[in-house]
Amino acid sequence: MATATHDPNKNYINEKSGIWSWLTTLDHKRIGILYMISVMSFFAIGGTFAMLLRWELFSAGRNIMDAHQYNQVFTFHGAIMVFMVIIPGIPAFLGNFILPLQIGAKDVAFPRVNLMSWYCLMIGAAIAFFSLFYNGVDTGWTFYTPYSISTQNGTLLMVVGAFIIGFSSILTGLNFIVTVHKLRAPGMSFWRLPLFIWALYSTALLQILATPVLAITLLLLTAERVLGIGIFDPKLGGDPVLFQHFFWFYSHPAVYIMILPAMGVVSELIATFSHKTIFGYKAIALSSVGIAAVSFFVWGHHLFVSGQSEVAGILFSFITMLVGVPTAIKVFNWVATLYRGSMRFDSPLLFALGFIFLFTIGGVTGIILAVIGVDVHFHDTYFVVAHFHYVMVGGTLMAIMGGIYYWFPKMFGRMVNEFWARISFVLIFVGFNVTFFPQFILGAMGMPRRYYDYLPEYQSLNRISSVGAWTIGTGFLVGLFVIIHGMRKGVKAGPNPWGGKTLEWQTASPPPHENFHVQPVVTAGPYEYR
Amino acid sequence: MLSSASTSSRFMPPQATEVAQNVDTLYGFLLVISLISCVLVIGGLIYFAVKYRRHTENDKTPYISHNATLEFLWSFIPFLLFMASFVWGWIVYHQLRTAPTDALEVMVRGQKWNWTFAYKNGRTSASEMFVPVGQNVRLIMGSSDVIHSFYIPAFRTKQDVVPGRYTSLWFNAEKEGDYQVFCAEYCGDQHSGMQAKIHVVSREKFEDWLGNDPYKDLPLVEVGRKVYTSRCVACHTLTDQKAVGPGWKGVFGRKEKLEGGSDITVDENYVRESILDPNAKVVLGFPRGVMPTFAGQLSEQEISGAIEFIKSLK
Repeated sequence: MATATHDPNKNYINEKSGIWSWLTTLDHKRIGILYMISVMSFFAIGGTFAMLLRWELFSAGRNIMDAHQYNQVFTFHGAIMVFMVIIPGIPAFLGNFILPLQIGAKDVAFPRVNLMSWYCLMIGAAIAFFSLFYNGVDTGWTFYTPYSISTQNGTLLMVVGAFIIGFSSILTGLNFIVTVHKLRAPGMSFWRLPLFIWALYSTALLQILATPVLAITLLLLTAERVLGIGIFDPKLGGDPVLFQHFFWFYSHPAVYIMILPAMGVVSELIATFSHKTIFGYKAIALSSVGIAAVSFFVWGHHLFVSGQSEVAGILFSFITMLVGVPTAIKVFNWVATLYRGSMRFDSPLLFALGFIFLFTIGGVTGIILAVIGVDVHFHDTYFVVAHFHYVMVGGTLMAIMGGIYYWFPKMFGRMVNEFWARISFVLIFVGFNVTFFPQFILGAMGMPRRYYDYLPEYQSLNRISSVGAWTIGTGFLVGLFVIIHGMRKGVKAGPNPWGGKTLEWQTASPPPHENFHVQPVVTAGPYEYR
Repeated sequence: MLSSASTSSRFMPPQATEVAQNVDTLYGFLLVISLISCVLVIGGLIYFAVKYRRHTENDKTPYISHNATLEFLWSFIPFLLFMASFVWGWIVYHQLRTAPTDALEVMVRGQKWNWTFAYKNGRTSASEMFVPVGQNVRLIMGSSDVIHSFYIPAFRTKQDVVPGRYTSLWFNAEKEGDYQVFCAEYCGDQHSGMQAKIHVVSREKFEDWLGNDPYKDLPLVEVGRKVYTSRCVACHTLTDQKAVGPGWKGVFGRKEKLEGGSDITVDENYVRESILDPNAKVVLGFPRGVMPTFAGQLSEQEISGAIEFIKSLK
């Protein structure tokens, strides 16, 4: 397609050089790479904390740290992984790179806002990490009041950091919504959008509608700590449970900010690697929107034992069940797509199948937790820890890894070493199950979460879990090696190494500045394998 | 359906109430449904993956865009299962939350990091409570500092304990025994140490315990030891090792440096002040605001006992 006026050796990476050209770039692809570096660095830090936690929990009693240090480590692990890794992971990193390419646009609608949202993440993260110099934070990533009002000063910095990071999320969401509405290639109607775009679009709606509530909540918390205004602290006439309502009004939709884009990635991987049109395209697309809509009305299932009224608990249990339906539809559609497909087991497909495997377990245990009579026992135990790791790690992180390996040739013009990519999958997948499956049993046995020390009968399962965690850690180290090696020494890739049908595969790898030499025109749906 | 007996023992805590059996039966049902769903989805996934692997790069795949009947079925059948689970869960939850009117009422207080119990006749206890077997018991619970959660795995019930309001929880233990209580809502350094035991005993034993002065005929130092094991053990050791707070061995009579730079000798007055107003004089190296006050919670006899006990640890 390239015409004589374009130098075929120029692409977004070598078009300009120097660190300054990256830090001031307005190219969505370069901003995507900036996010990739930040998110991977945060993941390394959050992951190191996870390894330390599992080391401490290897035996009952003290192993390597005291209770106060342990509480800080799990707080940082949670806060980093949620606010700095999983929330920006897919939309801001993969989404930034892929969304304009997939809709045939030159860039996002507001490139400067896009760069600003990366700076919001970095400044927010820097402030949050700065809290380490003020005695750290030991509230857990949920900042429940009144504990978070009474404990050490670092909390305030972490809260301010999360507040600023929230703006990063809001701005990215805003940018994506406008981009999808205004910058689609000619012929790209909504029903021809790739499913990754549908997922990002639904996520963007959640980002701009839910995140401001978190901002308000954190602002109120700051006002209470600094100015002594009674909002959540009963000593000042406030209500601590009100904080939980506010917090989960954001944080439950945030769970879907974390998982919806992952579902979008998986839809792409399944279609491409089975060389088959996706089964139930409209159902998958609309279920993303459906999940996003219902997710605003389920926050109360985090408060089943908080003292909220019995009627409220029952209503929230009912509405939570409704989220299960569109979620189940997606899973069934993916499996149905495989029927009579032509599957090639490259590492991206392995991660996609791993996603479906783990997400199914995460999903059914989510239903168990939504059954209110059973949740009273499981609430705040390791059963919950296992459930959300199956969704967040088994789901979202598997999708990020699959997505990185899938779009790697597009991003860097090179292929990763497939053998070692598969090794990283096996280590992560096996290690994951060894880590978190025993935690379901620990939770059913009654072991509460956020416990520094535990009764002797919980020790053997905790040991298995710790060994699994180190296996996952090794798997991600191998993955990091695969990525770095691929960037430097990988075999050169053509424009479309996987035989994908979506628009990003119609331009060069890596793409030129402004993506396409000739404006693509769309005449059919996204997965036309006929 | 899994019988509730097979889910208990190793993979579940003991079932000590009727409600616990109902919870386990429902959990068994959910496990079976979940297992079937997982086998269908993951089994289908693996079957297709093996059967439809790629043979040549030119494999033709059929163009199947959707199938209305199939899609209706796999939306509607899960919906029905979800609704059944929801209604069943509602019924069990209603049992868990509806206390009988004839219940024995006990006041419970959560405070960093122990539980205290007050009975109607004035009997109090800390870190352990006694209840008669087969008796409806209702706990009326409050917190003096942050949110805690009173969790008894063997009874399959828990309830957050919130400062500024009362919450309640009920149970009827059918089997005698000692049952573990955990704090399930994160509350700071000794969260995992904030435990208690519920002793379910015969009615006679319970009446004996209720009418009995726990410190009767005890020397002061033994009163202090009891106070220590029920109230202080989470943060203080009996060695000279520092935990959350200072270890008690040899602390009495020692000269300590305070935050402000002045010195103080640990004597009766300082120990008493530290129990009632812990932030008045904080020894250097310990964070301020960690120890809660015990004013109004310990009797004069108990405070004297604690002082005597600390003195005895040389």
